[in-house]
Parts: sequence; C-alpha cells; structure tokens
Amino acid sequence: MTKTISEINQKIKQGKAVVVTAAEIIEIAKQEGIKKAAEMVDVVTTGTFGPMCSSGAYFNIGHTKPRMKLGGGRSYLNDVPAYAAFAAVDLFIGANALPDDDPRNHNHPGDFNYGGGHVIEELVAGHDVRLIASAYGTDCYPRKKLETWINIKDLNEAVLFNMRNAYQNYNVAVNTSDKTIYTYMGVLKPRLGSAGYSSAGQLSPLMKDPCYKTIGVGTRIFLGGGVGYVAWPGTQFNPGVPRSENGTPRGGAATLCVIGDLKQMSPRYLVGTSMQGYGVSLAVGIGVPIPILNEDILRYTAITDAEIFAPVIDYSSSYPNREPDILGEVSYAELRSGKIKVQGKSIPTAALSSYPRALEIANTLKDWIGKGEFLLSEPVAALPGPESGVTFKPLNERPAGEY
Amino acid sequence: MSEKEKSTKKMVTKKVVLHFPKRRVDEPILFRLIKDYDLEFNILKASITPEAEGLMVVELKGEQASYDLGVQYLLNCGVKIQALSQDVTRNEDRCTSCGACVTVCPAGAFSSEPGTMVVRFNSKKCVACGLCIKACPPRAMELHF
Repeated sequence: MTKTISEINQKIKQGKAVVVTAAEIIEIAKQEGIKKAAEMVDVVTTGTFGPMCSSGAYFNIGHTKPRMKLGGGRSYLNDVPAYAAFAAVDLFIGANALPDDDPRNHNHPGDFNYGGGHVIEELVAGHDVRLIASAYGTDCYPRKKLETWINIKDLNEAVLFNMRNAYQNYNVAVNTSDKTIYTYMGVLKPRLGSAGYSSAGQLSPLMKDPCYKTIGVGTRIFLGGGVGYVAWPGTQFNPGVPRSENGTPRGGAATLCVIGDLKQMSPRYLVGTSMQGYGVSLAVGIGVPIPILNEDILRYTAITDAEIFAPVIDYSSSYPNREPDILGEVSYAELRSGKIKVQGKSIPTAALSSYPRALEIANTLKDWIGKGEFLLSEPVAALPGPESGVTFKPLNERPAGEY
Repeated sequence: MSEKEKSTKKMVTKKVVLHFPKRRVDEPILFRLIKDYDLEFNILKASITPEAEGLMVVELKGEQASYDLGVQYLLNCGVKIQALSQDVTRNEDRCTSCGACVTVCPAGAFSSEPGTMVVRFNSKKCVACGLCIKACPPRAMELHF
C-alpha cells in the first residue's frame, strides 16, 4: 500500500481524510495491525510544547520621521535588548535576552523574571511593548533617539524564527552532588533526589518520523498556535547517534529550524518562561502532520513511550564538564509513571515539557486538517538522514591569546 | 455551605506560618492558644530548637472572634505571623501542566494525573514554603498575603 501527499490532500479537500493523533494511532495499530491501519489512516498529527531556548522573532517596525537607522545602534523592547544589526528598522529579539540591569545569578539562584521570551509572548498577546532605541545618525538617517510604544498589529512584519526547536529526544537530568542545582532542566535535588526530562515522547514530531522520511524543508506545521514551516535542519542537528531497532535515537538527535508569521500565533502556545538560576526562555508549541505514505511510516507513528529511551545524565558534573558518561537509560513510559530507577535508587521525575498541551496541539492540528483548513506540503528538500554523516561537533578550542 | 451560613457561624480555618523568637521557644504559647482562646490547631510542619528561632506551620480552626483574639495574643508574645498557605494559588491561565513543580514541593501538593499527565495542585497539602513560586517556569504559582 502506498499513497502520495497529493492523494492525501485531495481527500483532505473532500473532507474524507482519516486523521488521528499520535496517541490515537497507537491504539489503532494495536487493534487493527500495521497493514490495515496504514490503509485506514491518512495523517497522524504530532505535538510538542516546552521551553525551546534557541527561539526568536524579527520585526520591521516601519520608518520614523525623520528617518533613523537602528542598525549598528542599540534597541530595547521593554528594556530587553534586541539585536539591531540590520538595516534601518529591522530588529531581532532572542528568547534568552535579559535586561541589562537584570541581576542574573549575582544572588544565586537568580529569578530571571522577564526577558526576550516574555517580550515575544506579550507581542503575540497584543500588548503594547516599549521600544527605546539610540543610533549614531547619518546624512540619510539623521535621527538618534526613539522612544515609542509598538504593537504587533502595526508592525510591517513580525516573524517567529527559531533556529533549534522540537529536539528529537533529550537527556534526563539528575544531580549526584550534595547541593540543589538550578538547571535548564529544572531544579534538581541533591543525591539523585529528582530527575528532570523534556520530551513529548510518543507525541513528539521527530519521534514519530524518526528517520525523517516525511518531515523536510518546507513541511507545513502548527507553530505557536498558527501555521508555520520547517525552514531548515535545526542547529546541533545530529542524526548519526545510536538508535533503537525501531529507529528512534537513544539521545538528542535531529532538531528543526522553523519559521512562521507571528501575527497569527497565540500566547497559549508561545509562553515566556523563567528558569530559576538559569535564565529566561520561550515555551513553544509545535505540531507536525505525518502523511501515512506506506506501512513503514505508519509503523513509526505507532511507537510508544515504552519503546523510546533517553540517557540519564548527571548535571552536577558530567554535563557541565562535557563528559560522555551516562548513569543509565530509561523509557518515557517510566519517566511518565513519576519514578525512574537509576543505580538502584528510585527517583521522582518532573517534566519540563507539557504532555497535556502537546496532546492539545496534536488534536488542534487534527481538527484543522479534518476541516480542510490545513493541507499537507511536499518537502522541497530532505533533512540529513542517519547515514548522511552529518555530526554535531564540540568546539575545538585554539587559544587566541597570541596572534 | 452558602456564604450566608458561613458568615453566621463565623468559623474560620486558616493556615499560618509562625516565627517564634528565640526567647519564647521554651514557653507554652500554643497551650495557651488552645486553653484560653479555644482554637484547634493542626501542626503541618515544625522546627523548634532551644536557643534558635522556631518556625511552625499550623492550621488554626475556631470562631472568627477567638481567632482574632488568638492572633493578637501571638503578636503580643512576639510571634511573627506570615504567609497564609491557602493564599498560595495557581493562576490557571499561566499553568501549562508541564510538571516542573512536582518534585520541588516538599509537601507533595502537586501530582501528575496518570494517563493525561495533567498537573493537579492540592492546596490542602500546601505548607506555604514558597519553593514552587520561582521553580515554576511560566510563573503560575502566586503567593498572596
């Protein structure tokens, strides 16, 4: 049995496509078998929602009178520095940006109450945001100072552009030291007192297409509550890691670089987050539709939490020192049960990514496709596969003290 | 029970954090609170050591009038009264049900519902320690005084 994306799109337009979520397909495959399920189902919708630090947004704010060139000067949105290194009125704000006067970790652990992720959330929510900018002035752009409220509805373009999202699998973080540590994987209690993890597991887009047979550059997706696209492989793309027989990687592997019009997104799926002792971030909601082109693809979508494994890593020593040691491997079924066993010790688990909201995203995308509002796109280029030889290299430091 | 009935009976149940000054640790303050002010109390957490400031999280129950007099008595004794635990609330609009709070809470007030993974907050178990406030990434937990 094989189908094409255009055949599936025909069915979607006619309202005849059978669309199910990544959770539902597990039951269907169990009851009907892979062959029959692949014939029955046209699209499986996935979802994930969690802090994704390498996210940001760019804007064109419109020209001032007299004209001003923000590029090369300094710009702040609600006191959070924006990257002003383009032409006159284009700005980029990164999710992890902090106000210059934020105390950071001077009084450890810092609070990190407000930053770039929160600015993006406020813009999407339709709140006014204060722009303060200074520039050096030129003959054609004489103005040097600007203080104004801006609102997303008045911006020429507002585009979410995230260079690394939707990590295909991730570490489980623990702490073997004697004191509490504050990490991007949450607050970790001492002496293996708690474990943090962050993946939607069996709902996660790249876990359900683990060898990138359908997801590629140009894939239309659910992004932040609106429609977006896969723009490129995400940074740190690392497809060559060890994998289980079912194709899922046994640690962080592929990532997605995504893009979409911020104006049609929602603050429910773009949430500014504060990671105590670490920094600010942006929780991003992403959902990818997987066309069931053949039985192999269906088999991948039916993978369960019990069949996906993540490495347990000590964030008090191995992780910060970039050492390869792992303390063991656990499945997402174990992680979601609330307790994992590591080195004979039972450790309570806490998630950083929201399973309920990931499911909500998969259901929303299912709904859009079911109503014929969202058509699948044919990827214009494939993502580098497990055999591509693409690797994720560490920095090879070459001391730059002497020239 | 309706709001009207509540106000006529005037029974109150409140969770409070009591800070005992050093010099008062060895005095029977809580005994007087029961005997003279007719307040029931339930100790949720206590850390009382001689020669050091004592800390106790208690649930006080009694008539409003007795409660007010009891609180006045505690203040007169030099006991500081702080942060009522039922005033740790969750802003449901901000909570994303991620679960970062689950292992942070020493009292087990948060739990992930098996299957759905929806995170529940049981305010009855809350001891108002405040650890969840800053450990919550979207800052959904709020402390009201």
